[in-house]
Order: sequence, then C-alpha cells, then structure tokens
Amino acid sequence: MPSLFKQIQAGTVWDFHGGIHPPARKTQTNQKPIATLPMPDRLYIPLRQHIGVPGQLLVQIGQRVLKGQALTSADNSMAVPVHAPTSGVVLSIAPHTSPHPSALPELTLVLAPDGLDEWRVREPLNISHCDKVQLLNRIQDSGIAGMGGAGFPTHLKSGVAQPVDYLIINAVECEPYISADDLLMQEAATTIVKGIDILCRLLSPKAVLIGIEDDKPIATAAMKAACSQREHYYVRTVPTKYPSGGEKQLIQLLTNKEVPNGRRPIDIGIVMQNVGTAFAVAQAVLDDHPLISRIVTVAGDTLSQQQNVLALLGTPVSDLLDACGFQPEHKQRIIMGGPMMGFTLPDLSVPVVKTTNCILAPTVAELPAATEEMDCIRCSACADACPASLLPQQLLWYSKARDNEKLAEYNLADCIECGACAYVCPSEIPLVQYYRVAKADIREQQREALKAEQAKARFEARNERLEREKQERLERNQQLAAARQQQQTSGAGNAVADALARIKAKQAQAAPQDEQNKAQILAERELKKQQAREYQQQKAQQQAVEEHAEQHSQTPATSNSTDSKAAAVAAAIARAQAKKAAQKPEQLIKPAQSVDEMNKPVRAAEADPRKAAIAAAIARAKAKQQAQTETESETKTETETTAPLIAADAVNKSAVESNAASAIEDPRKAAVAAALARAKAKKQANAEPTEQTEASTTDPVVPETVVAETVVAEDPRKAAIAAAIARAKARKQADSENS
Amino acid sequence: MTILSALISIGLLALVFGAVLGYAAIRFKVETDPLVEQIDDLLPQTQCGQCGYPGCKPYAQAIADGDDINKCPPGGEATIRKLADLMGVDVKPLNEAQTENVKRVAYIREDECIGCTKCIQACPVDAIVGASKLMHTVLVDECTGCDLCVEPCPVDCIDMIPLPATTDRWKWDLTAIPVKVVE
Repeated sequence: MPSLFKQIQAGTVWDFHGGIHPPARKTQTNQKPIATLPMPDRLYIPLRQHIGVPGQLLVQIGQRVLKGQALTSADNSMAVPVHAPTSGVVLSIAPHTSPHPSALPELTLVLAPDGLDEWRVREPLNISHCDKVQLLNRIQDSGIAGMGGAGFPTHLKSGVAQPVDYLIINAVECEPYISADDLLMQEAATTIVKGIDILCRLLSPKAVLIGIEDDKPIATAAMKAACSQREHYYVRTVPTKYPSGGEKQLIQLLTNKEVPNGRRPIDIGIVMQNVGTAFAVAQAVLDDHPLISRIVTVAGDTLSQQQNVLALLGTPVSDLLDACGFQPEHKQRIIMGGPMMGFTLPDLSVPVVKTTNCILAPTVAELPAATEEMDCIRCSACADACPASLLPQQLLWYSKARDNEKLAEYNLADCIECGACAYVCPSEIPLVQYYRVAKADIREQQREALKAEQAKARFEARNERLEREKQERLERNQQLAAARQQQQTSGAGNAVADALARIKAKQAQAAPQDEQNKAQILAERELKKQQAREYQQQKAQQQAVEEHAEQHSQTPATSNSTDSKAAAVAAAIARAQAKKAAQKPEQLIKPAQSVDEMNKPVRAAEADPRKAAIAAAIARAKAKQQAQTETESETKTETETTAPLIAADAVNKSAVESNAASAIEDPRKAAVAAALARAKAKKQANAEPTEQTEASTTDPVVPETVVAETVVAEDPRKAAIAAAIARAKARKQADSENS
Repeated sequence: MTILSALISIGLLALVFGAVLGYAAIRFKVETDPLVEQIDDLLPQTQCGQCGYPGCKPYAQAIADGDDINKCPPGGEATIRKLADLMGVDVKPLNEAQTENVKRVAYIREDECIGCTKCIQACPVDAIVGASKLMHTVLVDECTGCDLCVEPCPVDCIDMIPLPATTDRWKWDLTAIPVKVVE
C-alpha cells in the first residue's frame, strides 16, 4: 500500500459518509461574466463582519474618508478592521439591522459616497523582501476574514505555529445556486494562485490541494493552467455532492483523514482556506487593496438577470436586487446565503458583508415555504444522509427533551448544520432548527457556568477581604484598649499619691482659713447665678433674631435673581414645604394653608418670575408666622418644648433655602440639592409607617405642588428637580401603602 | 489447638486492619463535606440571598442539612431538577411567586448618584466601582443581577435593566426559516 502522500500525488480522491444531491441550479449564473453595480446611494458598513470582536472606531460623523481607508483599527488578535469601500462622508454610526438570522441591530457606519472613488495612498508589498510578521499584519490590517461563510480571521489561521502538511484551498462551492467562487476562478485564476503563494510562504506546507467540484470544468481548467508552473500544487476535482464543501468533509475527500472530535484541522497538520480568501490575500499584499468588495451570486426566478456581481461591502440588498431586475411576488422571501444554510432577511436594507456569498430571491414554486411538521417515523434516512455520521433522529429526541448531557453524548457539537437531514426527512421535520436551538442553549449554559464560577470566586474573595478587615479592626481596637488600660492604671497610682499630698497640705492650712473660704464660696455662687440669668436672656433674644432673619433671608437672594433663579427658588420652596409637611403631619392646617398660598405665586411666576419669587417669599413667611401662632395657641401647654424645635427647624430651613437660592446658577449644585431632597424624602418615608394615617391625609394635598411646578418647568434642570420630588413622593406613598 | 491458632490469627488480622483503617481515617481525613461543594456547584452563584441565606454557599450547607431545594429563584426549574437528582428527592415547584427569568443587570443613573458608597458595600461580588462623593458605576460583565444594591441607595438612582439581546447570545427560534429545496 503506497503512502498517503503518494496516493494524494497519484490523484486519489476518497469519499465521506452520507451527503445529498439537491438540484444544483448553477447554470443560470455560471455562464455570465461578473457584472459591476452602479454606486449605491448609501453604504451600510457593520463594524463587525467576522467571528470575533469589532475594532476600535477611527472616524467621526461628518468626516470625509477615502476609498480603502480603515474605519476601525484592530486592537487585538480577534479583531479585523473594516474599510471605506469608496470615498465619501460618514453620515452616521448607529445600530442597523444586522445580516444575521436574528436581525438584531448592530453598530453600523453609514457612508454617503461622493462619486469620486478617490483612493488613499497605497503601498504594495514586495513579498520577496518582507517577513512573515509583515505579511500577517498586512492580512489583518486589510480586514481579511474567511470568505467561505464562517468569517474566521485569516491572519490567525495563517499564522499558526504548528507544522503544516497540507494547505487545502476550498473551491468546492457545493450549495445550490451559488457560483461566486466558480466565476472568480474563471476570471482571476492567476491572482488566486499568487494569493496561494503568499499563504504558502506563511505556512510552508508539503503540498497544496485545490478542491473543485466536477461541475465546474471551466474553472478547473483555468486553475490547472494557472498552477502549471508550481510543482506541489494539485488541482483535484471532487464529485458533486452536498456538503463536500464542509471543512471536515473536504479534508476527508482529499486526504482521507478525519478531524478528531473537538479538535481543529491544524491538529492533524491541515489548514483550509477559501479560494475567495486567497484572492483577497493577493489583492491586499500585492495591490494594497483591502477587503472592500466581494463577488455575490444574485439568483432566483423573480430576477430577470440572474448573475454574479462585484458588490462593494455595505451595499444594501435592495440595490443588488434592483440591479438584477427584481420583480417581487406576493409574500416574497429573500434569503442571504444558499438555500441549505442561508437565512431569510427581515428587510432589504441589510447590507452585503464579508461573508455574504449569495442573495436568493426565489419564487414560491421554486422554493416553497415549509409544510407542516409531522412525527418522526424512525426511517433513519437522516442518519444515512448525515455527513458527520451522527444520529439525527436521536439528537432530535434529546433536543426536544432538552437533555444536554445526552446531546453531548451523541456529539451534537460535531453537527455542521448543513441541513442534509432536514432535506431528506419524509416527515418534513426542520431538524437543523432543533439543533440550533439546542446548541444556543448549551452555549448559554456554558456561559452561565463560567459566570457563576467567576461570581463565586469574587464572592469568596470579598468575604475573605471583609473577614481580614474585621480581624485587623479587632486587633487595632484591642491594642488601643490595652494602651488605654495601661495609661489608666499608671494614672490612677499618681492620682492617689497626689490626693494624699493635697490632703496633707490642706490639713496643715485648714483651721485659720475656714471663715474666709465660706465667704468666697457664697460670692462665687452669686456670680454664677447672675451669669445664668444673662445667658437665658441672650438665648431668648437670639431666637427672636433668628426668626426675624429667617423672614428676610429671601430678600437679598431674590433681589438679584434671574428668571431661572426665581423658578428654582420656587422649586426649593416647594421642596422645603413638602418636607415640612411630611415632618409635621400633626400640624395639618399649616401645610394645607402654605401649599395653597404657595400655589398662587408659582402660577404667577409665568408672568413675572421675579416679582412672583418675592411674593412667594412673603407668602411663605406669612404662612410660617401664622402656623407658629396657631401651633402656639393650640399647644400652649407644650410651648416650652415645641418652641426650640420650631426655631431649630426654621434655622435649618433658611440655611437650605438660601443655599439653594445662591447656588442655582450652577446646575451641579442644583443636582446636589435635588439629591439632598430625595435623600431626605426617602428617609422620611422610611420613618413614616408609624404615622400612616397622618401621612395619607397630607398626601392628597401634595400633588398640587407637583402640578404647579410642572407648569413652570421649562428647562431640564427644573424638570429634573420636579421629577426628583415626584419620585420621592411616589416612593413615600408606596411605602406607606405597603406598611 | 487448631481453633486457638485460627482465633489468634483472625484476631491479629483484625487488629492490623483496624489499625490501618484507624490511621487512614486520621491521615486522609476529608476536611469539608463534599456534598456541600457539590450542591454549591449547582447553584447559580448570584449571591442574591433570595433563599433566606447570606449567599449560595450557606444555602448549599442548608440543603445538605435538610432544607428545601426550591428556594433559588435565579436558578429556576433547571437548578431544582439538578438538585433533586443530586439529593435523591422529588422535584418541587419554585416556592416564590417568581415567574420571569429574564437576565438583569444593575444600572446606576450616574448624574443622580451622590457617591454614598452604600451600594458598593451591598454588592456581594464587588461589581460596583466608585469612591466616596464620586459617582459609582456597575461592571456589567460581573453583575449577577441580585438586586441587593437597589434597596440601600438613598436617592433611588439604581435600576435593574434587562440585559440587551445581542447576536452572540441570540437563541434560534423554531419558526425562523425553513430550509428546503423542492424540485
């Protein structure tokens, strides 16, 4: 038996398990040349068009960019940049429907082409003079990601450290309708071969195998002609069968090797690149032409001109279809990708991206909608068709039962979602859909498990830290206590000695000075009494002055106030009143009156804010005076206890108000005041439950202030204050209702 | 005589084995209850305290000591099923009236934050950063959505918002696209 390499050299092609033969329908497009499109009005460029993470944005809205200019930068190895497909102006950078089955919006840059198609400065590389790192950087900076459909960054695949036996170029293109790679090989075989040369330089493989399906004779001939100068390049035709273009299937076809479960082809010394990727690499390195366009097959019977077009990345699907004479049917479906693995688009503004190889606009007769799913009859046709030798019927049961352990046991992870099982199923079960759901579920669970592990680690680290801090505090306290005790014991000894000494001294002097001492003590007592009386008088005076000052505290502030100031003062008053109302629910009459009086000036503020503010201050002062006299008359017996309380409150209040009045120019201070008010309201609310009944009676009064305020609130700051008050109140109310 | 020698030899064997076992019991003593660890691994580690215990580990201990297995709302049905399997008890429905199972994360409205650090102290996984009198913010990737920071906030500036759906996390729905070619 000859060695594997000998067999490959001799041109042996093996086979893989299963597979199907759907109608190819490639003749409509593979005989025509590649067409070019008129420049679209807008280009929608998603910032991430590959598997991995998006790069850092480099441009701003309104900026003019040149053709080929990088719009993002690759800041880590899993990122590849995107480039401007033509010169123009960046219109917006916002979420836009993504070319993904979910159609969830993703960050997309919208470019308005200026029609000049002006290139940036280009610096082609001479491959004989540059090293591998330079080449890899160029491949990454040109935004190249696998163009077969998965979109894996090419520089990662080409920069592997392991030894490579075979580089396989995938030109199989097994899915029906699609002929983009076929046309590319027909028209640009030499460039593709140059691209393969560059990949060989990076990977140094023993042999290059170019796999092409036998229904592409022109492309095969073109590739053979282009490779004729290279000894270790082998063009191999494989029989037409779906899905021979799958990575693992093609490896099996060309080398008879199987990629082990859960491993990658590089683990068995094989790297596979798409033929389109090889072309893009050649363009990037030799012409400094980044990945800004690709060939897309536009097919389906609703189009009058089915053809392959060279589309700029970011071209909306609608432009593509219009250029091909699109006449939509009723309930027309548009599919991105092939009929087997593609997905239906939600709308036609979705752009062409790096991985888009086909846009399908079929008629209903051509590609009917799915019929109703029936029960599995265990015919095992799916198992016969499965190219990965799985048991689809078993996987279906376990997917339905969500038995992830069993799914893992039956190697769901090896499913390539080719759809062969669903194609052959006589019960029309969309098996792949079940697998996709199950796979997404498993992925989510793995993510959750990872997150739980991280959370656990963080939680434990935190507990450890808290414990340590507690221990440290305890130790510090103990040390302090010990030090204090020591001081005390030594201090106590001294005191005893001192006392003894004093007593002795006293005894020595005692007798003659007795009379004199008594007189002295009496005089001192008299003096102290005098002082106490004076102090009391002073205190009473001070209280009166404070009340007075409180009444006038608004005047200076309002005298130089502007419109917004006045409004803010009104808001502050409202806040303070609300707070007071909440603080003293027992004084029912007062808040009611003050609120009534306050409403008037606030409404008047619309006409003349300044006057209104003064009026508000006066009204408030009056209300306060009234309230005080009322409470005094009401609670005569308690005057002594309540008076200081009121005074303290007044001081507090005036401080807050003058603060607010003087500070309102600064929005930040206003925000602080609002936060303060909220915090107080919340505190109040927490204390409230004991005084439920009063609270509920005062509450109906309160909303009036809110209404009055919202009338005045024109600028956002005022609105924010009003909102804060409203929130605090709502919360208070909710709390009291709950309790 | 033979009986005596048999008895002696059996007795000696018993003594030797007893000594070996006794030594092994001391030498290879298992420090913690492995059951608690196993239960803890099944719990979602949100540290939310909704079970009534201060964290997932204490609840795992409580389950090992015989508490109910249906007190973990974040874990939901799946966790209960796994716990039932592990403990060999029947699956019970979740005892809280908690039906929604949407992933949420805390969000601090930063212009309203006064920098009081109360939420930082409440967070069981240190997912809030900030300093006194400076605004705080939540590390979205670390937040477990436990709600514990919402209550301590004196100015109510923390919201629990559902995690936005992205194409990475998206789950296929069965009615999406039929893949089928018919001649």
